[in-house]
Amino acid sequence: MTGPFDFALRLGDDALIAAQRLGEWATRAPEMEEDIALANIALDQLGAARLLLTYAGELEGAGRDEDALAYLRDDREFRNCLLVELPNGDFAVTMAKLFFLSAYQLPLYTALAGCADERLAAIGAKARKESAYHLDHASLWVRRLGDGTEESHRRMQAAVDQVWPYTHELFTGDPAAPVDQATLRADFDTVVSAVLDEATLTRPADGWAPAGGRDGVHTEQLSYLLAEMQVLHRAHPGAKW
Amino acid sequence: MRARRGLSHTHVGSLHAPDAELALHNARDLYTRRQEGVSIWVVPAGAITASSPDEKDAFFDPAADKVYRHPTFYEVPDGVAHL
Repeated sequence: MTGPFDFALRLGDDALIAAQRLGEWATRAPEMEEDIALANIALDQLGAARLLLTYAGELEGAGRDEDALAYLRDDREFRNCLLVELPNGDFAVTMAKLFFLSAYQLPLYTALAGCADERLAAIGAKARKESAYHLDHASLWVRRLGDGTEESHRRMQAAVDQVWPYTHELFTGDPAAPVDQATLRADFDTVVSAVLDEATLTRPADGWAPAGGRDGVHTEQLSYLLAEMQVLHRAHPGAKW
Repeated sequence: MRARRGLSHTHVGSLHAPDAELALHNARDLYTRRQEGVSIWVVPAGAITASSPDEKDAFFDPAADKVYRHPTFYEVPDGVAHL
């Protein structure tokens, strides 16, 4: 179903929308140290998004650069998974989202680093180190909140339950892609089960599996996010600091 | 923080964290954003015993007039390198 362009676009959009959501925490995180940690992670995601979207633009060959792809597409043209566009919710929901995303991105970028496409391999090699840290950071908070107070446990479990259905979309099989995401599920499950166990959290049952992001069918949340992200560029095309 | 291999760790700042593991994470995020270091130590503030400014005179002044503790009374022969 996909060529390299769609694949790069999919990964780039995941990273871009994740970056935008994480950026919403700036100045609002529970403590200053975490504020900077989340901003750092957001910037890592943005860095990966820029590389992937730039490459996607080159693959497409229609003259679109990273800015054109980020700022001048509408929601139906975005290929990110639904997980990253979900609202941040409370801190536990944000950590559940980051935990699941990084537990997916780490084996993805690791596999990408060994793929035949040199550009994608280079991006994977760079991004996997960042993903390893994101996973470490998110796991730490999931364990801490899950195995914390009664209230933190309740909220962390609620967050995991809320976000879990959206993880299934990440592993939609695509044998034609440079990395078939269906093959990443085993690594994801191993990491997630270990951390949830340690956090005294229950892994939710698999059932409802919302999807559509890869086909451009998104939740209404994405439109609001895009409106905020794109308004400046659309009002002042090519604006620079 | 140690800036490079071979250098000593030097103090770069203080931060809040509930335990050592998060302190290390926070230090990494706060103080190595621009490649400032290759190694980090974190120490809980409670584990540091510091000299008091009130004791400054008793602690440090006695060394002021003991010039003989500086190795300045040796005659260095001409032609000795690396001294």
